[in-house]
Amino acid sequence: MDHIAAHRLDGNAAAGRLEDVFAVEITSVRATCNGCGATAAVAELTVYADAPGTVIRCPSCEAVVMRLAQVPGSTWIDLRGARTLQIPLR
Amino acid sequence: MVISRGFLGRRRDGDRGGRLPPGQYDVGDRFPVLSAGPTPHTPLERWDFTVEIGRQPAARWSWDEFQALPHEEISVDIHCVTKWSKFDTRWSGVSLDALIEAVSAPMAAFVVGFSDGGYTTNLPLADATGGKAWIVDRYDGGPLDPEHGGPARLLVPHLYFWKSAKWVRGLRLLDHDEPGFWETLGYHNRGDPWLEQRYSGD
Repeated sequence: MDHIAAHRLDGNAAAGRLEDVFAVEITSVRATCNGCGATAAVAELTVYADAPGTVIRCPSCEAVVMRLAQVPGSTWIDLRGARTLQIPLR
Repeated sequence: MVISRGFLGRRRDGDRGGRLPPGQYDVGDRFPVLSAGPTPHTPLERWDFTVEIGRQPAARWSWDEFQALPHEEISVDIHCVTKWSKFDTRWSGVSLDALIEAVSAPMAAFVVGFSDGGYTTNLPLADATGGKAWIVDRYDGGPLDPEHGGPARLLVPHLYFWKSAKWVRGLRLLDHDEPGFWETLGYHNRGDPWLEQRYSGD
C-alpha cells in the first residue's frame, strides 16, 4: 500500500467542518468535479485532512474539488473545483 | 538552587540553544508526512525541471542533466506550520541561485514553485536566492523518498515548510506575486517561523 493511502479518508471526515458553515446534511450533497465532470456525494469524495488545511478530491480524477482551512477566527473555503453542488431539500 | 539549575538546564535543552521558533516543538527523530493529495510517481526518464519566465519555458534539465549540476550539502532545521520542527536535517541539492542564473530574467521579482499534482507556492526573489533555497534530490545520504517529495523537492528552510514544495518540477519567474496553494487559503504569504507568520494577517 502506498504510504500516503494511510492518509486518505472519505468525505465523512470533512463533514463536521463543512456543516459548521453549510446548514445542510453535507454528506448527501452531490458535487460535480470541475476537472472531469464526475459527480459524487460528498461522503464519497477523497479527503486529505493532515495537510495544513483539508483537501477534498474527486475520487475519479483526483482533482481538488474543495479546500478548507481553519485559521484563528475564520474558515476559508475554496469551491473552484466544484462545478455544481446539488443540495437535497429536507 | 539545585531545582533552579535543573529548570534552566531543561529549558536550554528544550529550545536547543534558541533554535526553536515560537510556538514550535522538537519532533525528534520522527519526520511527519503531511499530504494534500496522492503521491505522484513520475518516472525519472519522464522527469524534467523547467525554469519559466512568465509562462514561457526558458531552461530545462532532464533528470540526468540535473544530476550533473553542482550539488551542495545542506544541514538545516525545518519548521512546519503545524508546529513541529526538526533539527539538523541533511539534504543535497542545487541552489536556486544556480538555476535562476541559467536564464536571463531581469524583470523577475517573484518565484512560483510548481509541482506534480498541481501544488504551487510563492516566494519573493529575495527569499529564493542568496543561498537560502535549493532543489534537493537527496535526504540523509540517500535518494529522496517519494512520501517526502522525491524525486526532488524545494527546500526553503528559513520559511515554514509548506514553502518547501514536494514533487517540484519547475520555477516560474514573475514580475508580480502569485500566491500559491496555501497562501490563497488563509495562510501567510511569506511564512517566517521566527515572526510566527502562520496565517494571513499575522
